[in-house]
Amino acid sequence: MTTVDLGTFQRISLFGGIYSNYLSLLKAMEISRSRGVDAMIALGDFGAFGPHPDRTVEILRASGIPTIQGNYEESLATAAEDCHCGYTDPSDNAFAQISYDYTREKTAVAHKAWMATLPPHLRLTIAGKRLLLCHGSPRKINEFLWETTTPRPFIEKLLSDHAADLIVCTHTGLQWQRFTGPGRGVVNVGALGRPANDGKPNVWFAILEERAGDVAVDFVPVEYDHARLAREMRSEGLPGEFVETIETGWWTTCLEILPAKERARGRF
Amino acid sequence: MNAQSCASSGFPIAPLFALDTLWFQVAGTLCNLQCMHCFISCSTTNHAHEMLTLADVKRHLREAEALGVKEYYFTGGEPFMNHEIFEILEETLCQGPVSVLTNGVLIRADTAARLKRLSDASEYSLDIRISIDGWNAATNDPIRGAGTFERILGGVRALASAGLNPVITVTEACEGAATQDGRTRFFDFLRSIGLPQPRLKIMPLLRIGAEEQRLRAYESWETLKGRELTPEEAGVLQCTGCRMVTSKGVYVCPILIDSPDAKMGETLKDTMRPFQLSHQACFTCHETGFSCRT
Repeated sequence: MTTVDLGTFQRISLFGGIYSNYLSLLKAMEISRSRGVDAMIALGDFGAFGPHPDRTVEILRASGIPTIQGNYEESLATAAEDCHCGYTDPSDNAFAQISYDYTREKTAVAHKAWMATLPPHLRLTIAGKRLLLCHGSPRKINEFLWETTTPRPFIEKLLSDHAADLIVCTHTGLQWQRFTGPGRGVVNVGALGRPANDGKPNVWFAILEERAGDVAVDFVPVEYDHARLAREMRSEGLPGEFVETIETGWWTTCLEILPAKERARGRF
Repeated sequence: MNAQSCASSGFPIAPLFALDTLWFQVAGTLCNLQCMHCFISCSTTNHAHEMLTLADVKRHLREAEALGVKEYYFTGGEPFMNHEIFEILEETLCQGPVSVLTNGVLIRADTAARLKRLSDASEYSLDIRISIDGWNAATNDPIRGAGTFERILGGVRALASAGLNPVITVTEACEGAATQDGRTRFFDFLRSIGLPQPRLKIMPLLRIGAEEQRLRAYESWETLKGRELTPEEAGVLQCTGCRMVTSKGVYVCPILIDSPDAKMGETLKDTMRPFQLSHQACFTCHETGFSCRT
């Protein structure tokens, strides 16, 4: 598949995993418009974890913003039996399965068909730098790029292999950036649907913009009505562990994948 | 990127997609313990592979940097028997994340504090992985040696006190470890010894080395001869993304260092090519999707 090039931009918003958190999505879109962005782009994993997955998809489709396929969309579109999240621990997989089964059941057939049409990558230019947008990594939809396990030489290899200056990704749920030179590196935009395992209920997205001839990255905190999301999750019968994360900001499940340092920062 | 099907020999061929994981047999086959299930039969007197020096590691790190390696693993034998281990870890942590596989018995408070300082000084993760083969001395000691259970726990506690959270590795030599009940029991046990965020890795047995004598060797049918390798299967095999440096050269993976034909060259560049899955241990990796990575 040829990668679509969206063109050149001054300032864009990038939304990581939304995980059915349509309330934080609406808030992030509102913040983005107030910041005068000339594009918003969603990097995949629209469903999972949260309630009423179609609400998120309908907001995205109605807005017409460019979207990338995450492992969730890939799984839903191909009627896979699980989310291909990349976990290995059985208890993590059990929680992932609850989340996936709920989302699969609650996602309209027409939306699943739309998910099949989404590209795995998008390209665009800011400040003359070639940005490559993907879900996990440019080479694998469910590869985890964490801050403490994505070293500079490896980043340079990815950039060189994929003819890019800057790779923008999500999938891990934690935002970070590492630059190997001016406008060269990786930006993980974190997750818009789930807090960053830091004891605070807010979520995050990223604004990338041209500043002094270079690409500047702002991670933007999003305060939203998380109590309402928690209520809806409870009434949908989603696991109490998921609700606790939304309410407290601490991750409670699927922790086995975290590298040593990221794990040490959380409560569980 | 396509995995290849059977070569003329009848064994599938595993491509190397990218050299992501570089292993160092930093302590050779020299170990202060002599575990009954060790697939490379390490002991105090096994000099099949010698210790690596800081200079050896630096030479390969330079090559690894150019190849874009993603992560580094150090194993043995017992890595903390290597007198240059701290310098080696410090050098490597400048370049990427590091995992050290140890039996833990040489880790005391001062060792743990030094490791914590190395970890804090790096932007990358330092993971210490400790092997234990049971929930108590009665299950662990027959495999890892008399008195080792308490000595291993001493190392675990020293790390926990220093603020490091080791990954605990258990092999299936510990009966029931791989079941959901076994895992739960291990998680509870690890919490009880001072690891509030327990991290656990269960490993299958590799029926080579000392393990051949303990339980059994591979049966003749346990082979990949005549099998096809799908791209999905290839993507799971660790040898499609790793290589192992020992004092004798560079091998395909951490498991096959006692097989002369698994040595692929002297430099990493020599080994950037496919490997034929003709070894019986390849059967275990293929069947279980197992990787020595954490």
